[in-house]
Amino acid sequence: MNREFMVNSALLLGLVAIPLWAYVSDEPFTITLATRVAILALAGVGLNIALGLGGLVSLGHAAFFGIGGYAMGILASHAQSYTPLIESPFLLEGTKSMPLIWIAAIISSALMAMIIGALSLRTSGVYFIMITLAFGQMLYFFAISWPAYGGEDGLSIYVRNGFPGLNTLDPIQFFGISFTLLICALWLAARLAHSPFGLALNAARQSPQRVETVGLSPYQLRLVAFVISGAITGLAGALFADLNRFVSPSMFSWQTSGEIMVFVILGGVGRLFGPVAGAALFITLEHLLGGISEFWHIWLGLLLLLVVLFARGGIIGLLAGRGSAHD
Amino acid sequence: MTEPVLATFGLTKIFGAVCASSDVSLTLNQGEIHAIIGPNGAGKSTLISQICGGLKPDSGRVEFLGRDITTMPLRQRARLGLARTFQVSALAMDDTVLQNAILGNLGARGKPFDFFSSALKQKDLRKTAMLALERVGLADHIFTRTSELSHGQRRQLEVAVALTLRPKAFVMDEPMAGMGADGSRGMTTFLDGLRDEAPILLVEHDMDAVFALADRLSVLVYGQIIATGTVDEIRNDPDVRTAYLGDAA
Repeated sequence: MNREFMVNSALLLGLVAIPLWAYVSDEPFTITLATRVAILALAGVGLNIALGLGGLVSLGHAAFFGIGGYAMGILASHAQSYTPLIESPFLLEGTKSMPLIWIAAIISSALMAMIIGALSLRTSGVYFIMITLAFGQMLYFFAISWPAYGGEDGLSIYVRNGFPGLNTLDPIQFFGISFTLLICALWLAARLAHSPFGLALNAARQSPQRVETVGLSPYQLRLVAFVISGAITGLAGALFADLNRFVSPSMFSWQTSGEIMVFVILGGVGRLFGPVAGAALFITLEHLLGGISEFWHIWLGLLLLLVVLFARGGIIGLLAGRGSAHD
Repeated sequence: MTEPVLATFGLTKIFGAVCASSDVSLTLNQGEIHAIIGPNGAGKSTLISQICGGLKPDSGRVEFLGRDITTMPLRQRARLGLARTFQVSALAMDDTVLQNAILGNLGARGKPFDFFSSALKQKDLRKTAMLALERVGLADHIFTRTSELSHGQRRQLEVAVALTLRPKAFVMDEPMAGMGADGSRGMTTFLDGLRDEAPILLVEHDMDAVFALADRLSVLVYGQIIATGTVDEIRNDPDVRTAYLGDAA
């Protein structure tokens, strides 16, 4: 097996071993940290499909992360106050069931990605970045000014949502759920990258003219990629909200978009496990440096600078070398 | 006489004060190679862009297989079977040779939204791509990154991608550019055999190749076709000699 495979396996192994060790030695906080890594990596895997495969620099992925979060918050808050979500034309109740919430998060963020993508993919380069950013900010301010669901204060959910057969309040079990979803998303992203769709999307990033010349539409390819990307990031948002049992407009903020992008760039743009490596490093730094000084972002900035200047393939690129032209 | 496969009627395109195409009418018939020659800046690339899509003419029409395609987007023309190769290679440079060829066939199939199967393991995709690569002589380089190919090899790959589209007509913009003498001879032999499959509208600077291949020639100068005819007719045309061949000799 090649080096990238070994690096990826080591990463996964570490991500499983650390919480297991923490479970044995009764350190629930470390398990929570690992869960954060898994969830944020999931958000990054979503962005990486747009950014790495499609070359779409979206600074608005917080929109999907936030919609996933609010899908959870809205459904769970109605369930917890026993008020229906809508009464007419049909009755729709809130729910505390994770699978249902995930489906709602995926569908709503995919729809939003379709709308945002349909409009913003007509532009490219700096304009695309600005339009995605603008959409993200629009949702941010919308969430702030929507009193029904907490406005600026956000929504607290008192008890974590349930998953059939599991006790989700047990940190290790919730980690298991998040980790499993991450693996599913990684599997999907891997299949996607090698599929005919991935091949065409990848070519559209490198030479849109070529893709047109063979009779395919780069716009359609990118839009579909953007929707898949948004849906995965939306699912991560629902999990993130469940982890904190709290949703707030800050999930929509452009800093969130920036952080998701930092995971991808730190780990390696377009590398399957890039977001996993990036999120792991980010959370580790936040934990270690954050304890020393609250201005730890200075060091993160410095690191990001070094990665962008000297290690374009990110951590994965540094450890596993240049990506092989996949066979 | 059968209908031409591809025809333009009075194509005119003006950029500011420059008349890039002026009343250009030409036809491409079944089984022929029609070469367009002309000095640099004569408007050859502008003409190709109007035929293949990307530039809309100010006036005039383009017909392909009896259909008016003047305003049709590039990718729909490709779907109809109009295959173009580029003067400056427009290939996915980070991808392998095989991936580029498969992309072509994927376009011909018209169903890119296949998310789960492996593109390189699909037998029909791979077979068509391999066949095309073998024909242009790139079968030994299928796993080479495209950016590592020589200029000549990239030309060959451009042609291979066009082949995978199973086109009804080729439009080739300088397929010999950047090739050595050997490569150029090889490509000449190859194109010679290709004309029976689909006619070729060939823009080329390599006069040896043009004279060896072309059934008909059109000479484009300042956006205007000043002569059309067989190789001998063009060679002996006094206007052409002064405008073009004379300068070159």
